[in-house]
Amino acid sequence: MNGSRKKLLNNIGSFVLFMGPSLFAFICVLLIPLVYGIYLTFTNYSPIRLTYEFVGLRNFQAVFTDKEFWQQFGKTLVYVLYSTIFCNILAFLLAFLLTGNLRGRDFLRAGFFTPNLIGGIVLGYIWKFLFSNVVTKLGEIWDYQPLKTSFLTHPERAITAMIIVTVWQYAGYLMIIYIAGFVSIPQDIQEAAEIDGATGFRKLLHITIPLMVPSFIICFFIIISRGFMTYDLNLALTNGQPYGSTRLAAMHIYQKAFQANEYGIGQAEAIIFFITVAIAAVTQVLLTKRFEVEA
Amino acid sequence: MRAKKGVLKFLRYVLIYLLLVLFIMPFYLMVINSFKTTQQFVASPFSLPEPEKVGFDNYISAFNKMNFMNAIGNSLVITIISILLILLTSSMAAYFLVRHQWKINKVIFAVLVASMIVPFQAIMIPLVSIYGSLNLMNSKWILIFMYMGFGQAFAIFIFHGFIKNIPAEMEESALIDGCSKIQLFFRIVFPLLKPVIVTVLILDVLWIWNDYLLPSLILLSPAERTLPLSTYNFFNTYSVDYAPLMAGIVLTIIPVVAVYLFSQKHIIEGVVQGAIK
Repeated sequence: MNGSRKKLLNNIGSFVLFMGPSLFAFICVLLIPLVYGIYLTFTNYSPIRLTYEFVGLRNFQAVFTDKEFWQQFGKTLVYVLYSTIFCNILAFLLAFLLTGNLRGRDFLRAGFFTPNLIGGIVLGYIWKFLFSNVVTKLGEIWDYQPLKTSFLTHPERAITAMIIVTVWQYAGYLMIIYIAGFVSIPQDIQEAAEIDGATGFRKLLHITIPLMVPSFIICFFIIISRGFMTYDLNLALTNGQPYGSTRLAAMHIYQKAFQANEYGIGQAEAIIFFITVAIAAVTQVLLTKRFEVEA
Repeated sequence: MRAKKGVLKFLRYVLIYLLLVLFIMPFYLMVINSFKTTQQFVASPFSLPEPEKVGFDNYISAFNKMNFMNAIGNSLVITIISILLILLTSSMAAYFLVRHQWKINKVIFAVLVASMIVPFQAIMIPLVSIYGSLNLMNSKWILIFMYMGFGQAFAIFIFHGFIKNIPAEMEESALIDGCSKIQLFFRIVFPLLKPVIVTVLILDVLWIWNDYLLPSLILLSPAERTLPLSTYNFFNTYSVDYAPLMAGIVLTIIPVVAVYLFSQKHIIEGVVQGAIK
């Protein structure tokens, strides 16, 4: 009896020692805010009002009837979709070109990865200069009308600008994951395919791509979740302009909460946003998994 | 046949280097234009600079207006201390979770893994509301504590996966020799974690050093600004004079690229390891 009691105390002691700091920080900054956030969505809390009250589902009602929010939500879906497609195509192409015997391979990989070392704010400002001063200059030099006015002043082309920068930024990141995928394909399968007469494009389509499904899952997951959360780049490159046409969901939530001071509605949007991201990420994994084959 | 292969190989190099030039072009343009006046940049962004005319004027101006030393100091303190705390606490927690397969530990681990899918936007508003009403804003130390909390799940997940494959026998014999649990962890287990520590370290540096949104919500006074915050502020305040802004961009990039030159192999390996797991 005494022995088991001592053991229990001992166990609790080491639990607190090993897990305590970690759990304390995790609970304070993630779990409590997450739960409190759900509570917030049922109130009309605002830092500029002294009191607040329970409003039931009215915040969600407000969100569902907010046309602007859904428009910007739709824009975000379009942005994520195009970024995912083009980024993966480019990354796969780069990985394909950079696998195998190649002089200066490490140098090249490092070069393509460079944009990922730099934060979205700085990347956004770099491209702001490029779109408003350098690309327009190219338009003048080549006398090519579409490039003469800045991408950032057109509602349609401003979102294209966002996609271009996102693809440029993440292609190098996804590239190194695809390279790891290429390298992990067993040599004997490749040789067997070649003996069977599969070369070039057919080998790629029937052997390489099916065996790389795990890499596709990771890459899609990374770009989808990061795409939805894009805020820094959005802020620095377009700041939602022109006419709010590039205000993506993350920025909409930020402005609703911290500029319009509507914490309750902002948090209701954030919860809807969270559920969408989770559904998109999980659906993608399940869909892609169906194509998986064993090597 | 051989000639055809040679041509293909040549085309591959041409294509790769063409793409690389396109990829690096934005950085190159920032560097050359940071040595021009704003008028020269607007008139001819592609021409090479004439350094004797402008010299480092733009850099000096950016350096002072951004309060660069202060910002980089803040960024260094926040990044280094946050990451030391994350590495220490998460590796201890992961070790405990692996070696004690209690029911509660399994629940904790599941909650941690599930929490990784929560986007920051879903936490941000209640976070500001709670810590704001407790008057716990505008301090580096609160920000560091937050990074420590947000960094736990991923780091524990990675350490957990690694420690699982370390056989427990060595630790048992050390226990018999009278080692306490904590000594055992630091003397025997922690040194074995080196390869995964590098992975977590690299991914967390890239995250915390470049993060804008969380510090922008917490650090309100100019003296506390990190590098991304002071870059943002610099651009908002002096938005018409392009040349010093470009020098400012180059200044913020230099420290990262300097580190990258020496450790690019580790960084790329770390990113791959972090993504695959």
